[in-house]
Amino acid sequence: MTGEPPAVPSAPLTPRVELRSISKRFGATRALTDVSLAVAPAEIHALVGENGAGKSTLVKILAGVHAPDSGEILLDGEAVAVRSPSHSRGLGIAVVHQEPRLFPDLSVAENVFMANPPTNRLGIDWGAMSAAATELFRELDVQMDAGALVRGLSMADQQLIEIAKALSVDARLLILDEPTASLSLHETERLFAIVNRLQARGTAVLFVSHRLEEVFALCQRATVLRDGRHVVTADTAALDTAELIRHMVGRTVTLFPKGDSTPGDVLLEVDGLGRSGAFAGVSFSVRRGEIVGLAGLVGAGRTEVARVLFGVDRADSGTIKLDGRVVAFDGPHRALAAGVAYLPEDRHQNGLVLDFPIAANVTLPILHRLFPRFVLRRSVEDRLAEDQAARLSVRMRSVDQLAASLSGGNQQKVVLAKWLASNPRLLILDEPTRGIDIGAKVEVHRIISELAASGLAILLISSDLPEVLAMSDRLLVMHEGRLTAELARGAAEEQVMFAATGQARLHTPGAAGG
Amino acid sequence: MAEAVGPRASRQPFLERVGTAVARYRELSLFIVMLILGAIVAFQAPQFISASNLTQVSTLAAIIAIAAAGQALVIITRNIDLSIESTIGLVAFVVADMLAKEVLDVPAAMTAGVGLGLLLGMGNGVLVAVFRIPAIVATLGTLSIYRGLAFLMAGGRQVTLTQLPDGYTDAARATFLGFPVFVLVAVAIIVTIGLAMRRTRIGRQVYAVGSNPEAATILGIRTGLVVFMAFAAAGLLAGVAGVMWGMYFGTINATAATGSVLQVVAACVVGGVAIFGGAGTVAGAGLGALFLGFIQNALIILRLSQFWLEAIFGGVILLAVAADGIILRRLRRSKSNRRV
Repeated sequence: MTGEPPAVPSAPLTPRVELRSISKRFGATRALTDVSLAVAPAEIHALVGENGAGKSTLVKILAGVHAPDSGEILLDGEAVAVRSPSHSRGLGIAVVHQEPRLFPDLSVAENVFMANPPTNRLGIDWGAMSAAATELFRELDVQMDAGALVRGLSMADQQLIEIAKALSVDARLLILDEPTASLSLHETERLFAIVNRLQARGTAVLFVSHRLEEVFALCQRATVLRDGRHVVTADTAALDTAELIRHMVGRTVTLFPKGDSTPGDVLLEVDGLGRSGAFAGVSFSVRRGEIVGLAGLVGAGRTEVARVLFGVDRADSGTIKLDGRVVAFDGPHRALAAGVAYLPEDRHQNGLVLDFPIAANVTLPILHRLFPRFVLRRSVEDRLAEDQAARLSVRMRSVDQLAASLSGGNQQKVVLAKWLASNPRLLILDEPTRGIDIGAKVEVHRIISELAASGLAILLISSDLPEVLAMSDRLLVMHEGRLTAELARGAAEEQVMFAATGQARLHTPGAAGG
Repeated sequence: MAEAVGPRASRQPFLERVGTAVARYRELSLFIVMLILGAIVAFQAPQFISASNLTQVSTLAAIIAIAAAGQALVIITRNIDLSIESTIGLVAFVVADMLAKEVLDVPAAMTAGVGLGLLLGMGNGVLVAVFRIPAIVATLGTLSIYRGLAFLMAGGRQVTLTQLPDGYTDAARATFLGFPVFVLVAVAIIVTIGLAMRRTRIGRQVYAVGSNPEAATILGIRTGLVVFMAFAAAGLLAGVAGVMWGMYFGTINATAATGSVLQVVAACVVGGVAIFGGAGTVAGAGLGALFLGFIQNALIILRLSQFWLEAIFGGVILLAVAADGIILRRLRRSKSNRRV
């Protein structure tokens, strides 16, 4: 780790926005601890960090979605309390989200002036609104029909509408949250030109991005967050990619270390798998008793791969082989029958039926096998659920308890129990420890290790870098829908970050381009 | 409330066990409310509890209850079947017409009627599960189509009591051990389906699909098939209700059962079937039908004007739903609530 950076480059003017010692916790999780940050007028300031470093929380505090627990926010030297999203807008803070949040059935002009339409005596002044929107787009130097419906416009155009929306209220601070994630190179260049023009007008810009080359191309200064703490703020001119990545990684976590194991023969073989708009040319294999990690930043396409492997979505190209036989699942029930289990990313939406008791949740995927004669037997069900729950030490009073009444960690154990009851050969775990406390996390790690030791092939998707590094026998890294690296056990976090941000392509299967 | 490791480490506290019992037999509370209201009405108008009145009310309610049981299955999967009244009407007319023309004998005509109901229900199931048309739209369409079929077949005719085989409609007035036969039929059907919902794989899957369709899909449950089967079952039960409707009224034309879908849906809602799916029982829907039947009858016996009748009827539905929401929230807090 490098020492303190040279004194923060002098900001000649009063900062446009200044955060002083901002802290925020959600329950037991410290999202932000004592973070300070200042953005000068006419400065483009990058905010970088791993998934979960606290960038989103910081943006949400500025946008008025969350209130900080402690600390101060100063706008042009004046302390303010951002009470709500509309208050934030009123203060001149505009946020452009990664996914534009527009009304598809309204016109471009209506979207731009949704919050503050120009009015006359008869109500909304449509003529003035259309003219003002046209003027805004002229200033931005982009072609846009103010009367067109938003539905059907490209992601890039929708983002421009968001920016126009920000300009319509004369934003003092423009926050761009991963604005380029779904843009092409050309569209990105156009966006940058616009941001530069805004900068020339004196707008302060906070630019949140995973793409480090963009940080260097666009921003004057960069602030790195890690584990909700401020790590460094420095001139981008004084930094290089390697140094920036070194600042981003190195989180401290408690882990249950995975024991060494000897993987068996190949169970899953994926060759050139692709699904348009999601990922392409993905090839890898998983052996029995092996944990293969799949790392990458949010939106890299990891969950999409998992959904295809489990038969939820279909692949457009490539093959999946299970135990040497080509399979094409036309639904999860087929995957399940073939011995594939998938623990989904969002356990509330996809993993559990919260209104069901624990026992009914555990047996749901195996009702056919457990009760071939159609009629359920409560005693059989309860015994099986109790066995599984005991194996994973689920903390509960009885298997009659509703799943909704359990803590996050225990819910996750029930989801695991459910899949283990189906006796799978391949277990796909998508963010198995997200949002659960440290104690439960260590237990989940222990369970995963034991499952691998018992011969299960495991594909572990995780955005938690130390976790995926510690748990995996081999580690695959995805970036923008492609595998960019395959790393052996013991790889360094920097290597993963390089691959995950698209800095290095150590292993490039399939065709290039996109 | 210390949580213990391991499944059998602690017994449920007494109060929660009471909560569990009320939760499991939530339909009981509706029954109790019915008894109390009944007592009040009987005090005002003794003829309310005369054997002939009770028989008449519960016989018609039994028909609605059977249709409501089918509707409950559909609603639990997060769908709705608005065409149910047209199915009842079409089946009632077709069966009566076949008997009047002596095309089939009584058992065959009744079987054909139930089969027709199943077929119509499967039609709805295909529209919703295969063509992915939202249930409210699909069944709004078939509501008209099935009714239109009845008009086509009837061509303005009606089948009168005298055209039917002798004694055909007697079953609607018959009693067994003092209970109306129709009520016994409804109870038998509801108990059977109720047990199937609690004790069979498909029953469990119906609740899972309604509770969390996304999760159900990922669990390998074929949600489309489950929804199709719910609609098919609802059609079959509407067919049964249709046959009974014909026996009850004797004289049938193409407009039979028009408007009854509102009562069927109301019976489900009052009986605790969650309109957004995932929760509720067929027993609740059956009791709901009985409850609404008695309320309607009581309002007539108390000689309230037609305007009040409709308004109070609607008020009772809203009250029941509001109470349901409150009870449900309470139960969520009591944590233990095993319904499946």
